[in-house]
Amino acid sequence: MGLTLGGRRVLDDVTLALERSRLLAILGPNGAGKSTLLRILAGVQAADYGEITLDGSVLGLPRPPVVARRIGYLAQDARSVWPLSVHDVVALGRLPWRRAWSQLAEHDHQAVLRAMRATDVETLAQRPISQLSGGERARVMLARVLAGEPDIILADEPVAGLDPAHQIDVMQLLVRLARQGAAVAVVLHDLTLAARYAHRVALLLEGRLHADGTPDEVLVEATLRSCFGIRVHRGETADGPFVVPVGTVSRKVSPG
Amino acid sequence: MNTPRPTRLAFALLLMVLGLFAVSLGNGRAVLPLLELLAGSAADTDGTLWLILTSIRLPRAVLAVLVGASLGMAGAALQGYLRNPLAEPALIGASSTAALGAVIVLYSGLSGAFALALPLGGMLGAAAGMALVAMLGGRDSVLGLILAGVAINALAGALTSLALNLAPSPFASLEIAFWLLGSLADRSAEHVWMALPFMAAGWLLLLSLTRTLDALTLGEETATSMGFNLRRTRIVIVLGCGLLVGACVAVSGVIGFVGLVVPHLLRPLVGNRPGALLLPAALGGAVLVLAADIAARALSGSGGELKLGVVTALVGAPFFLRLLAGLRGQVT
Repeated sequence: MGLTLGGRRVLDDVTLALERSRLLAILGPNGAGKSTLLRILAGVQAADYGEITLDGSVLGLPRPPVVARRIGYLAQDARSVWPLSVHDVVALGRLPWRRAWSQLAEHDHQAVLRAMRATDVETLAQRPISQLSGGERARVMLARVLAGEPDIILADEPVAGLDPAHQIDVMQLLVRLARQGAAVAVVLHDLTLAARYAHRVALLLEGRLHADGTPDEVLVEATLRSCFGIRVHRGETADGPFVVPVGTVSRKVSPG
Repeated sequence: MNTPRPTRLAFALLLMVLGLFAVSLGNGRAVLPLLELLAGSAADTDGTLWLILTSIRLPRAVLAVLVGASLGMAGAALQGYLRNPLAEPALIGASSTAALGAVIVLYSGLSGAFALALPLGGMLGAAAGMALVAMLGGRDSVLGLILAGVAINALAGALTSLALNLAPSPFASLEIAFWLLGSLADRSAEHVWMALPFMAAGWLLLLSLTRTLDALTLGEETATSMGFNLRRTRIVIVLGCGLLVGACVAVSGVIGFVGLVVPHLLRPLVGNRPGALLLPAALGGAVLVLAADIAARALSGSGGELKLGVVTALVGAPFFLRLLAGLRGQVT
């Protein structure tokens, strides 16, 4: 599977491939074009130039339903306009699979239950989504994406607003989905989560691809300084690496 | 799942429609109990009773159901599409342009030329209005559609006022003003047959959008990412609501608040799902208009009949105020 893409201004000649069974973390300063990149991949926004290919065929807009079923897009700050119950919101993820006026079939039910279990929102199933906390809502919205059983998952800051335990849960869940064969792209701000869970890291800076490689190649002192303007403290624990920003520096200063 | 059962709700509403339909048939200028009317009509299909049933009372009751169902469903669809509980079909300009079309017919005196000139004028007005809104509204944004609707509403309102202002005689302006108030009095079977095809087309168009309206609960971007074509959806919404509201105004004049109040009342009963709301809202609209029409007749004195649009507005406006108060509590 290959996905290639180019955009202008907000995104400038970005070429990027998502791979099956891999989790790609997309990092970069605010305004670097991370969300735009994800929206173009999700078929929500058109690119000025360039193309997106899936399994060798170019994807046009609007996306045909068969393609949309394969792609699960979690928007930044996703929410539900009407106060549906949590179960009904997650069940919306089955819409691309259902025909008009059909009831939820048994396999739809199973997919919804699995998604709620995976994101730890089962106990909230009957609560109106309007009464949930921000972190709970974020997990429900992720469950909505998972209920569609996509094999390409595009998640824009899925851990924003989550407590530390649920941040780890969600990242482990996404890695597990990747291991099961999905191609996963996640916009993150947490360097440690990226270092620990991503198979690959893409750094965006001012619409350009600043660095692209394994976490060990990309999340190094010099690259992070030139991208974010930060000094970091890196280390290893028994559970994996950690990367903690410890101070800011001018981005222009070359290392050494 | 303790998600509310849409089928049970629809069944309950259907029973209410049937009950009120019977009450409406038994209700008229001549005091005729329903059973007597039905028995008399069955006994003699050439007699007066049969004539009263088929050419006066039946068209009126049937039109109340059709108009109510159309306004209710158009309101539910528009609220779902715009994701705003304050939206109503008049917002996109369909009813004001249909009214203008009918007013032009009244003003020009064409209404005397042939019987169905008035509803035809309404239909043409709505069609022209919807074409303008679709052209002016831009291609994508919901805001563009609303702004185009506001502009067309203002224009149609101004031209209607102009017609009133320049009306050739006081009688003509009175006729126009009365017609604008909305009524189902003295409608015939021709009105039913004239409106029905347009309404049926509108119902089918809107009912085809159930999944899309559900997906729009998650916002336009997410719905797009799920493979729903929102550009097409918008055309279907404008066309569907235009057909429904245009046909309603053409046969009954302007009847407000049904499309606003009914979806709002029924929404919690379908678990707030916009797609599941369409059918109950249609049935609920039929209930409201039947009840309002019965009330209009019951409350009328010797000085002429109370207009249906006046009754729905009298019921609807206080409800609207309560809705606003509730929303203020939520938002701030």
